[in-house]
Amino acid sequence: MRELPLLEGTVRQLDYWWTLYLRTWRGGVVSSFLTPLFYVVAIGVLLGGFIEGDPAQLNGASSYLLFVVPGLVASQTMNTAIGEVTYPVMGLIKWHRGYYAMLATPLAPIHLVAGTLMFTLFRVASTTAVFLLVLAPFGLFATWWGAVLTFLVQLLLGMAFATVIFAFSARVRTDEAYGVLFRLVVFPLFLFSGAFFPIDNLGPVLSWAARLTPLWHGVDLSRMLMVNVIDWRLALVHVAVLTVLMAAGWFLSVRALTERLAQ
Amino acid sequence: MVNEASGESVELMISARGLTKTFGEVEAVRGIDVDVRRAEAFGFLGPNGAGKSSTMRMIAAVSPPTGGTLEIFGLDPTAHGAGIRARLGVCPQQDSLDTELNVFDNLYIYGRYFGIPRADVKARAHELLEFVQLTDKADSRIDSLSGGMKRRLTIARSLINSPDLLLLDEPTTGLDPQARHVVWDRLFRLKQQGVTLVLTTHYMDEAEQLCDRLVVMDKGRIVAEGSPLALIAEHSTREVAELRFGVGEHEGTAARVSDLGERVEVLPDRLLVYAEDGEEVVTKVHERGLSPVATLVRRSTLEDVFLRLTGRTLVD
Amino acid sequence: MTTQLTGVATARTAPNPAQAVGLMLLRNYLVYRSAWKIFVTGFIEPVLYLFSIGIGVGELIDTFEFNGRAIPYAEFVAPAMLAASAMNGAIYSSTFNVFFKLKFDKLYDQILATPLSTGDVARGEIAWGLVRGGVYSAAFIVVMLVMGLISSWWAVLALPAALLIGFAFSAVGMALTTYMRTWQDFEKVTLLQLPLFLFSATFFPISALGGWSWLIEISPLYRGVVLCRELTTGALSQASVISVVYLVVMGLIGLVVVRRRLSLLLLK
Repeated sequence: MRELPLLEGTVRQLDYWWTLYLRTWRGGVVSSFLTPLFYVVAIGVLLGGFIEGDPAQLNGASSYLLFVVPGLVASQTMNTAIGEVTYPVMGLIKWHRGYYAMLATPLAPIHLVAGTLMFTLFRVASTTAVFLLVLAPFGLFATWWGAVLTFLVQLLLGMAFATVIFAFSARVRTDEAYGVLFRLVVFPLFLFSGAFFPIDNLGPVLSWAARLTPLWHGVDLSRMLMVNVIDWRLALVHVAVLTVLMAAGWFLSVRALTERLAQ
Repeated sequence: MVNEASGESVELMISARGLTKTFGEVEAVRGIDVDVRRAEAFGFLGPNGAGKSSTMRMIAAVSPPTGGTLEIFGLDPTAHGAGIRARLGVCPQQDSLDTELNVFDNLYIYGRYFGIPRADVKARAHELLEFVQLTDKADSRIDSLSGGMKRRLTIARSLINSPDLLLLDEPTTGLDPQARHVVWDRLFRLKQQGVTLVLTTHYMDEAEQLCDRLVVMDKGRIVAEGSPLALIAEHSTREVAELRFGVGEHEGTAARVSDLGERVEVLPDRLLVYAEDGEEVVTKVHERGLSPVATLVRRSTLEDVFLRLTGRTLVD
Repeated sequence: MTTQLTGVATARTAPNPAQAVGLMLLRNYLVYRSAWKIFVTGFIEPVLYLFSIGIGVGELIDTFEFNGRAIPYAEFVAPAMLAASAMNGAIYSSTFNVFFKLKFDKLYDQILATPLSTGDVARGEIAWGLVRGGVYSAAFIVVMLVMGLISSWWAVLALPAALLIGFAFSAVGMALTTYMRTWQDFEKVTLLQLPLFLFSATFFPISALGGWSWLIEISPLYRGVVLCRELTTGALSQASVISVVYLVVMGLIGLVVVRRRLSLLLLK
């Protein structure tokens, strides 16, 4: 059923996504830039001013600002990635049915998944790059290579979320499901995955639950790299978990979209 | 006209004199006179942009007239909007159903807006669902209905308050032929029960089927008025011969057949020859050595009246 | 099969304004009866913030001083979450929901074909926002009580205070919505809402801003936060009176604008 090579089929959609991006990027650019910045200033700087900079309490960070910023970077990655594979994907499947138009060409579902994910990767990369550049003058990176690795970690984290949520999008029937997803999954992840406070403060049971969430792996890995207090074995675990998640999400997505579009 | 004050015993349901409506620079309605009597079916006929919908919105007491006078049930709609709307049924051009509610609740809550008591509105809603053949859809979501079903539901909703006057803006536009006939049948039954119907349409067959009397509107003005038959008799011939020639030949051929009927119209894809006997026209065309690709002889319709009056076709 | 309509259901008197509000509430109730999941989950957002920032981050913070007394951080944040969720709920239902009904569902066009008026629509929608917000606020106050974050009998007035915040933001939100053209315009709403939420002395005392604190003091959410915080801690000052007047005026202005704009948009 797949006659086009994966790469060829993905590249053929470049013009579609690029046109879409040129038409829509202005809409989100201000908020995708300002939203994390508001959090950095309000929570990191202003609230952080009332918090003692004790590395023992703050996973090695010497101030609350240094502690919270990696968490906000990783959270923004999650939000950007999920944003691209929820409502837009439901639109392509159900509302304006763009995927069906694409399927009438030599493209197959696997190409559509890959194309959408490549666009998501591009969105994660561009928003993260802007955010990290804005943060650079504040002296929030311990080392230059830490900053580069943090950027690469965001790509991995973004793809882990994008593939899994894409599979979800290809299965659900109405956008009410997203209301539940955002309120019951994304939002609690944002608040309780170690972005704002060390997960040890959650108590033994809940802190282990937090360790199972993909966002915590991203937050903790980003924090290690940004403050340069690195537990390499744990870092390897983080990377492994996110990679496995991404791979599983990819297979689930291709299967889900193939089944959905065949109906 | 019997009793201006109460509005109840007035025979004229609608009376407009010199009615105008402008939106900024655009003159949508340019001074029309209309009288609609109790229990009649009255039509506004015209192409898109003729001013039909603007007129309907003024009659529905949701759009204040710019000039002229307008009385609905003998009352001024700017002063007695709520009282007038209480006695109107409105079926807008686009089905505007409450998509967040199911079919039955659409009728129920709408009836409640009119202040109809709960028990009454429930009974009425069931009766109306039966009337428009949607009883088995009572619990369905609006999204799941077909275009024809939504139209029927909108009509049912417009009847929830047992209106004295039912306004229907393009009641069957966008419906397939079968669905149109179901709607026509239901409207015809209402007319038989004495409900005053006012409808706009750009379908000639619809106007001929439903209207006792109609006005033809073009560019905000009324260009003709009368019963469908009277309008055809006045502005057209009994029959029409439609002649189809090869691509691009119509313009040149028109002069060669113009003496065969009272009038010849050139359309992009055919010639229309207006005559009392259409078959005779076709015979003579062949006698002259012309060989049309296809011919059709039919009776004149309101479409021909409109073409005559405005020089344009209705559906474009 | 019925093909003749026999029943006559008529009411020749139009509903009065109070009945009209009741009918608009009924309509929304019928919608939410089938979407109760969305309704219930709307409650958890402020609770999650309270647990995360109030308690999780609160462990890193000593006490804060408020109107001359030291209070634990969770007690400081909780009333702010009450006020902020009243604002967020009101903005959500008066912008996104109203825009959908106005532009896509054409709901108000449908309603205006009945004896109801634009004033009825405006009051009805805002009333629904209050009912919904009131349920959430009451539930949140119960959570605060259970967690021991309420230290004064004045807190019984926290619910009406939350309703007042909801009214003020609903009216202004709906007024703004009547000026919006596309969904992209809502980006701007969110862009305004987030700094209001983060900077209105919700998570830190106003003193953190030093010379800029006056800018916060004129923000409507700050007025709501101070009002709720003074009521739940019992540390009242004249700031609460200013807040009440501010929010009432804001709501009334919004209401007038909404009525006028709806008439302009729908009765043309």
